[in-house]
Amino acid sequence: MTQTTEELSCQELVELVTDYLEGALPRDERARFDAHLELCDGCNGYLEQMRVTIELVGRLTPRDVTPEAEAALLGVFRDWKN
Amino acid sequence: MEHALQLEEMQLVEALRGGDERAFEQLIRMYQTALLRVVQMYVSSRAVAEEVVQETWVAVLNGIDRFEGRSSLKTWIFRIAANRAKTRGEREGRILPFSSLGPPEPAVEGDRFDHGHWASPPTDWPEQRLLGQETQTVIENAIEMLPDTQRAVITLRDVQGWSADEVRNALELSETNQRVLLHRARSKVRRALEEYLGESP
Repeated sequence: MTQTTEELSCQELVELVTDYLEGALPRDERARFDAHLELCDGCNGYLEQMRVTIELVGRLTPRDVTPEAEAALLGVFRDWKN
Repeated sequence: MEHALQLEEMQLVEALRGGDERAFEQLIRMYQTALLRVVQMYVSSRAVAEEVVQETWVAVLNGIDRFEGRSSLKTWIFRIAANRAKTRGEREGRILPFSSLGPPEPAVEGDRFDHGHWASPPTDWPEQRLLGQETQTVIENAIEMLPDTQRAVITLRDVQGWSADEVRNALELSETNQRVLLHRARSKVRRALEEYLGESP
């Protein structure tokens, strides 16, 4: 793609992805981000990977509590109850 | 939706007050991992963090009769944990971690770019492997490897599904720092996935 000083580079864009997804970019910067995306397959691929990453992290089930920890905590509970 | 959640929460509180062990087990399953990750930001070791989390649960049980529901149960539990962790960290002489973010950490290695443009752009990930057990392990390990604050932020935001404001309040972070920490954490998890999924199956 052709580049003017006004446009974002790919290397700049990857640092703005979270601000973009969080809706935290100022309007003009968001417009530059969108303009870059329209023309750049690499950055579209990157943004998609970040979205997939967030989705996959969201599917993790919290790690199981170890049996020892759970036993200790249930001990705490029973002490409290009595 | 929010109303339903509140109702569920009040039922949990009532069950706890009535001494229902299953309600307590449910709370542990929901919050134990996230509590550990929050507390680890403030204290010196995993073992100390486990102690502090256990103290937190004792405080929750002892305080549950006085819990008035002015904040959500979740917010209340995590506030208790953060306060205890801070006190413990101070006693251990730990310098609390949020004064600076440290040096910049590029989301993508510089050698992937040529004059700012992709030299080796991201390639498509094989969809059928995304939901595999191994992929999940790769993600879990990547989160485990993160610095404490990044791990806590991504756990609360993306694993537990908290809002940015909830995380900022629970961890006493500025809006910007919350976002920077989230960005660094997500970027590293993406990199770990790219490394794993880029290999031939």
